[in-house]
Amino acid sequence: MTATAEPEVGKARLRKEDARLITGRTRWTDNLSVPGLLHLAFLRSPVAHAKITSIDVEEARHRPGVIAVFTGRDLAEAQGSLPCAWPITADQKAPTAPSLAVDQVNFAGEAVAVVVARGNAEAHDALEAIEVEYEDLPVVLDMTAAVADGADLVHADLGTNKSAHWVFDSAEAGTGGDVEQAIADAEVLIERTYRQQRLIPAFMEPRSVLVDPTGEQTTVWSATQIPHILRLMLALTTGTPEHKLRVIAPDVGGGFGGKLQVTPEEVVSLVVATRLGKPVKWTETRSESLLSAHHGRDQVQKLTLAARRDGTVTGLKVDLLADMGAYLRLVTPGVPILGAFMFNAIYKFPAYRFACTNVFTNKTPTDAYRGAGRPEATFAIERLMDELAAELGRDPIELREQNWIKHDEFPFTTVCGLEYDTGNYEAATAKAKEMFGYDALRAEQRERRERGDVVQLGIGTSTFTEMCGLAPSRVLGSLSYGAGGWEHAAIRVLPSGKVEVVTGSSAHGQGHETAWSQIVADQLGVPFEDVEVLHGDTQSSPKGLDTYGSRSLTVGAMAVLKAGEKVIRKARRIAAHTMECAEDDLEFSGGKFTVKGTERSTGLTDVALAVFAAHDLPDGVEPSLDSEATFDPDNFSFPHGTHLCAVEVDTETGFVKIRKYVCVDDVGVVVNPIIVEGQVHGGLAQGLAQALYEEAVHDESGTLTTGTLADYLVPSAVDLPHFDTDRTETPSTTNQLGVKGVGEAGTIASTPAVVNAVVDAVRHYGVNDIQMPCTPMRVWTAINGGPTDAGGLGGEAGGGLGSIDTSGGVA
Amino acid sequence: MRITVTVDGTTYTDEVEPRKLLVHHLRETIGKTGTVVGCDTSNCGSCTVHLNGQSVKSCSVLAVQADGAEVTTIEGLARDGVLHPVQQAFHDNHALQCGFCTPGMIMQSIDLLADDPDPDEDTVRHGLEGNLCRCTGYQNIVRAVQDAAQKLKPGSHQPVGGQ
Ligand code: FES
Ligand code: FES
Repeated sequence: MTATAEPEVGKARLRKEDARLITGRTRWTDNLSVPGLLHLAFLRSPVAHAKITSIDVEEARHRPGVIAVFTGRDLAEAQGSLPCAWPITADQKAPTAPSLAVDQVNFAGEAVAVVVARGNAEAHDALEAIEVEYEDLPVVLDMTAAVADGADLVHADLGTNKSAHWVFDSAEAGTGGDVEQAIADAEVLIERTYRQQRLIPAFMEPRSVLVDPTGEQTTVWSATQIPHILRLMLALTTGTPEHKLRVIAPDVGGGFGGKLQVTPEEVVSLVVATRLGKPVKWTETRSESLLSAHHGRDQVQKLTLAARRDGTVTGLKVDLLADMGAYLRLVTPGVPILGAFMFNAIYKFPAYRFACTNVFTNKTPTDAYRGAGRPEATFAIERLMDELAAELGRDPIELREQNWIKHDEFPFTTVCGLEYDTGNYEAATAKAKEMFGYDALRAEQRERRERGDVVQLGIGTSTFTEMCGLAPSRVLGSLSYGAGGWEHAAIRVLPSGKVEVVTGSSAHGQGHETAWSQIVADQLGVPFEDVEVLHGDTQSSPKGLDTYGSRSLTVGAMAVLKAGEKVIRKARRIAAHTMECAEDDLEFSGGKFTVKGTERSTGLTDVALAVFAAHDLPDGVEPSLDSEATFDPDNFSFPHGTHLCAVEVDTETGFVKIRKYVCVDDVGVVVNPIIVEGQVHGGLAQGLAQALYEEAVHDESGTLTTGTLADYLVPSAVDLPHFDTDRTETPSTTNQLGVKGVGEAGTIASTPAVVNAVVDAVRHYGVNDIQMPCTPMRVWTAINGGPTDAGGLGGEAGGGLGSIDTSGGVA
Repeated sequence: MRITVTVDGTTYTDEVEPRKLLVHHLRETIGKTGTVVGCDTSNCGSCTVHLNGQSVKSCSVLAVQADGAEVTTIEGLARDGVLHPVQQAFHDNHALQCGFCTPGMIMQSIDLLADDPDPDEDTVRHGLEGNLCRCTGYQNIVRAVQDAAQKLKPGSHQPVGGQ
């Protein structure tokens, strides 16, 4: 064992994970099989809202290869109600959510029956033989209409389409002033209504689950982000004893929040496998995925920003409608609540009020999607800051600078009561401006305007922060979330000196195996290659809260570090015993314990072997060199950054082309720069897609018209630009590693940067808003003086909150 | 129907239903795990393989159409444990995250480099238009393909393959 001179943390280590992924030796759930496996296929409702008057499965039962067919009624007792872990208010209304609909369907795509067959194709074939009669009910699609008096109801038994109303008021909370007063005193008011269109996470690996009930424990393999939470929730939902369940998330092909779920199909697979005593597998088609895996975003944001003529922002009032879809899934109600704490972003205005009404509609349930709540909030404030700048004739970056928290003002307690630990918005912005060539592009923009160029240039900025590292358990408790936010890890130093790291954080593309190895290699002084990271199996990794909310590094890796500290402590005791010195006399570095001021030393590897042999251990020391730990952060971490986007808008066609995209992110200490950069790129792609391409559209009957990848426009390589990325590094002080989290940053920051740029390009035509995604049709219509919400939103276009004029306006 | 297909150098003769897609034949009958299904509309490219040296989306080819053909999947690229230069370039350039799109991306990239051994960024982007990736934002994929192009150049002194 030699001491590694160069630390692993910070090194651009190529990923360990790649070896299997680039050669096709992968364990996607759909690649797995067990003896006697049967296949499931689900029949889904073609209508959005209806009573089921009859289901006839007789013919399907006799189709070739079919073993059984079950309806919701057949499974009614065993399937339970799908869990929602986040009652945001005590009086939150929540409908029963059966995995297979029993007498009523509430969204198109809801499963009504399941076929079990010997082969997958046979199972799908038999679906055609099932006869279902539906009696249509009125379809509720528009959130605004859904909360109006006398609206048709999604769930008649609830008596309302409002699930909950949640308010944060800085005056009431004692964290700031009274927003109504700020509005009354304002010299300038910017009032807008923005719509966060419905998006689809669209992970590339379709969901898949395999349940094998034939062992002592029932094993569930699932393409999930949350094996630990899933195990508990499956136990609670179906009554299967928790200790009789083992959940494995093998290789998982992306999640983005879309696999942060207890799905109806997982529950049904478990129930059916248990009933038949046979292993079953279900893998969704892409169309099923787009239709029935949860959707994201979908909010109407009514906003009032109060300011003084000198540009100082004095308050923000937010009224949200958030579409829950037809049911509350795992964290559905909490998504807008996470956003509540981010509308103030990096700014220090003194008064804030946020009110949110969660609304049921006859659509696919919504839930977490990359950033969950924070992109929606960041979009709103960053659009408003641009509108204020335009109203005051100010440079948008300079206006932001006037209002943001200065570097020397950290730690800073925001109007929401969050304490931001560190940040340096000046540094990131200066670097971004420089890389972008801001002044030159502004000059070109002026020149093009003056000459009336057909192609206009727009420049958009977005300065952002987010709360990462979900989360301090006590904060989640104060928000009524049903679980904590700690993470668990274990480290085992094996007799040969190799190290096993067990983490409760379950990866699906984030590179945990590599990053955790780097951290442990430094800490224990062992080679990177000698560390193996185990995750995603409740048997090898019995405790954990899994992966979402950019919490893996800030919480998960911190637990690893804590476990490592305990291992070193124990090893030190043993080393002191064998070297016959006091523990305090030993220094640990580069994998070796050295007696201070001498050459005498022993390696961690020697200690591991000595522990295994157990010939001579100190009294009371158990023969193992392993340890486990949990970490619960005291605070969130707050990555930040500045993103700049230049777009060219063809004013004759409305086509938007991204000319340049620059971002400088500050994610604190970087463990692996290539992983960080990759995460930023992927995040940007998803944020840009919201700005320009993606939208889940329903027709007036509630059918999803973007139900295939031909209609739902996930961008390809041609649709996205080259990104110029860089970093500043302001270590977080809320964790020992100084890390902040990166997974969601690109998504949160980029959407407003792009839309700000598009609006900026055509503002001189009188445009001050364009509904997302900024399709050529919408942009063209805006330039030509039409309503900004044109272009395919159908009946729910713009989704204004009643009396508010979406054309904006200044008091 | 009885078909004979040579996949990654091994010849397989099997009875297949006429409607069976090549991707399902590869996965279910032959036992390949690298070629995956990401959609049902031939939009995602996850299932891309080489059929007689040309890249195809194996979800849009019937197994019977491959009778007598030579198929290469991601699993047949590495030789004697040495990665294909494109595989190596994907690794070197962090061109994958979850890795689900990766086999299809690599197979498509090899085909596009066969057509144009020195593509510019735009050419690569267009060449990969039919392959969706949700994780990487494509930038590192484009970089990997261009990197592989350099390494594949005749007379290039860059080492190719090997870990
Ligand atoms: S599975 Fe073949 S293109 Fe998507
Ligand atoms: S790496 Fe995940 S889809 Fe491409």
